[in-house]
Amino acid sequence: MSNKNINIVIGGAAGQGLVTIGQLLSKAITRAGHHLLVTQRYMSRVRGGHNTYAIRMGEEKPLGGTESIDILAALNAETLDKHLEAVSEGGLVVAGADLDTEGLNALRIPYEELASKPLFHNTAMLGVLGRTVNLEPAILEELLRQTFGKKGDEVVEANLEVLRKAYAWVADQNHDFSRTLASSDPKGRMMLNGNEAIGLGALAAGCNFVSFYPMTPSTGVAMTLIAKGAPLGLQYEQVEDEIAAMNMALGASYAGARALVTTSGGGFALMEEAVSLAGVSETPIVCVVVQRPGPATGLPTRTEQADLNLVVHAGHGEFPRAVFAPATPEDCFYLTHRAFDLAETYQTPIFVLSEQYLADSYRDVAPFDLDDLPEVARPLLEWEGGEYKRYALTDDGISPRLIPGFSETLVRADSHEHEENSYITEDKAVRVAQNSKRLRKEAGLFEEVIGPDRYGADEPDALMVCWGPTLGACLEAMDRYEGDKSLAVLHFKQVYPLREEQFMDFLTSAGSVIAVEGNATAQFAQLIARDTGFVIKDRILRFDGRAMTWEYVLKGLSDIL
Amino acid sequence: MVSIEEYGEFKTAWCPGCGNFPILKSLKQALAERGLAPHDIIISSGIGQAAKLPHYMRCNMFNGLHGRSLPVAQGIKMANPQMHVLVTSGDGCSYGEGGNHFLSALRRNMDLTVLVHDNQIYGLTKGQASPTSARGHVTKAQPEGNRSDGFNPVSTAVAMKASFVARAFSGEPEHLVSVIKEAMAHKGFSLVDILQPCVSFNKVNTYAWYKERAYILKDHDPEDWAAAMTLSEEFGERIPLGVIYRADKPVFGHGGRLAELAYAKNDLKAVLQSYI
Ligand SMILES: Cc1ncc(C[n+]2csc(CCOP(=O)(O)OP(=O)(O)O)c2C)c(N)n1
Ligand code: SF4
Repeated sequence: MSNKNINIVIGGAAGQGLVTIGQLLSKAITRAGHHLLVTQRYMSRVRGGHNTYAIRMGEEKPLGGTESIDILAALNAETLDKHLEAVSEGGLVVAGADLDTEGLNALRIPYEELASKPLFHNTAMLGVLGRTVNLEPAILEELLRQTFGKKGDEVVEANLEVLRKAYAWVADQNHDFSRTLASSDPKGRMMLNGNEAIGLGALAAGCNFVSFYPMTPSTGVAMTLIAKGAPLGLQYEQVEDEIAAMNMALGASYAGARALVTTSGGGFALMEEAVSLAGVSETPIVCVVVQRPGPATGLPTRTEQADLNLVVHAGHGEFPRAVFAPATPEDCFYLTHRAFDLAETYQTPIFVLSEQYLADSYRDVAPFDLDDLPEVARPLLEWEGGEYKRYALTDDGISPRLIPGFSETLVRADSHEHEENSYITEDKAVRVAQNSKRLRKEAGLFEEVIGPDRYGADEPDALMVCWGPTLGACLEAMDRYEGDKSLAVLHFKQVYPLREEQFMDFLTSAGSVIAVEGNATAQFAQLIARDTGFVIKDRILRFDGRAMTWEYVLKGLSDIL
Repeated sequence: MVSIEEYGEFKTAWCPGCGNFPILKSLKQALAERGLAPHDIIISSGIGQAAKLPHYMRCNMFNGLHGRSLPVAQGIKMANPQMHVLVTSGDGCSYGEGGNHFLSALRRNMDLTVLVHDNQIYGLTKGQASPTSARGHVTKAQPEGNRSDGFNPVSTAVAMKASFVARAFSGEPEHLVSVIKEAMAHKGFSLVDILQPCVSFNKVNTYAWYKERAYILKDHDPEDWAAAMTLSEEFGERIPLGVIYRADKPVFGHGGRLAELAYAKNDLKAVLQSYI
């Protein structure tokens, strides 16, 4: 058990309120100045089943989830059955007095004594947990006021009363858990999950249009945009299917919106034809794909990194694109912002490839500096350069993009092969010229590729190569590794295109190279092999639907090294 | 005054005698009579012979994918509510590949005008049955005759209380012009299903076949839903032309032009604050 952080796991059935407890506790932890990382596991059902909400709080920023539990908060007996084994030595169980916790280091909450109605049991649990990890009661009181304020003073007072009783009750208990964490960064940090951070990054880039069809775990991106953007003028529509979502967004983008679509694997598969339309019609679009395990409906609420191939190869025909893979909410914000700029500059689809683990993982995040963000490219509203040709042949492949309706100049977007002035053609020379023009944009996109970050030893004995949110587990595994080899981690937050000169030296100078990925076939390693010829043979792959953890990586390392 | 010439003349890939020609001409005529210049309108179309129409006139256009003209048109309208947005496509495109979008667009009721060139056949792919082909219609792909019932777009739209439903015939261009104008004047979703003989592949629903059956409605009250429902079922011995149904309904859409929308920094800062 690390003394720098505490892993609290709240378990129960859907509908029992574990997310509410988890979120209030997380927010209080953030406000108290601790670092935080949340991993949510849930099932595809609204009631019942078995779900967990794991909060890793720390003096230092936790990098990823962990498997060993310091405090297990059980809302039902199943939680004890499933997770007792993972409770670390000296760890604590918190459960209602009705559950069997004989022989455990446990706080058995007398719900009846603390709360007048079952409705308030969750507040009792919250108070017990808050006191156990030494949160100032005032922080939780303030949160309860904010949360229940709309329901009236009576409800607020009742909750506050339960909270106070719970705090007092814990103080009288003999339990064997006494760890206090110093709060590291005092005030003003946001609590955000990956989906929210993508939504905010989009808003910061001026995104003002979203069309979507709900699909877990991507829906939160659209929900964030609607909740925060619609009051500012953002237009949105929950459409009939993903095909409509993508086509509608392209229509909006053509007419001057900064458009985003969001979906997951199956929905994205439906969007593919229109991804290709974005390519040929040269219409900017930011497409957020939040992965879950497939094939088809797969494990709808779990996590995986197995849609890389799908996204990198999406659409028929050839056209430029870029694919970002954020590791953290900060990445989600900045990379989504950047995606809008690239989409507009290069007039092509740009992808943000996230996954369920990151989508639902809350972190404490320093407020983003909006003043420091680069400007996002804009299309033209007027044209003064003589005859306007939407698909003018240029050296860099970028044709001036005019928005229709702001002047008398006509703007024509087309899905066929077309002349510079958009008229449909089958002329072979025009075809070659236009196709080459579109592909010339790749050179510009290539110049702008964000290279991988490297952590750890120079010329290491072993180099772990990862992408997206798998970074945290790799870094923590590297920190905790006690063997005699020197280790390093190479992390890609842009997974396509790949720019060899940014990383080949790292690959060739390492003793051995290990791909660490959340899929069964090492898709990213294969992409590297395809584009560079460098074959990564060793692999640590996880595809059981759960997020990569440092324990999993360490185990893999010990098998390989 | 806008003259029809402003919309230009282009070489087309349509077969001589195709029912698409009068539709193109009538559309230009209707636009000119309404005083709309090429830059005042945007046409969204799908794929098919009919869907090539915006390639044969000067105007803003988004010529997208098969079946997807409606989502694109609605996106355009949401991004720029000031533009007149029209959709023009075939029956396969609009009711087959785009069937789900058609139903949803009726419900959404944005201010769009949708012209469906209904030739009861797939033209571009050389003569397979379309959703509006009648049961028994023999084609190379349906050698034993079409094994499904024909889709009736007009009765479907009336049943769903779409806000404007009309039928026209490309063999009656004057009437067609007046219907398109009325459809464009209507605030909300307007559907004009246009009977369009395909001289190359549809040997059943020919000019003569339509001429014998089609008649222009005289004393029908389009606000009478029950009467409209009954009329919409009339497709056989007699085929009524004109506005079949009209209703005042909430129109989707609001707000300004998204190309001009920029958020104030302070608004965004307040959004970030809400996460603390
Ligand atoms: C996704 C997709 N499927 C099939 C096609 C091939 N296709 C092109 S046009 C068409 C049918 C056209 O029929 P209709 O919409 O009635 O128009 P018409 O040619 O008769 O005017 C088909 C099936 C396509 N372009 N895209
Ligand atoms: S195939 Fe039919 S619909 Fe197409 S252009 Fe020829 S006649 Fe017209």
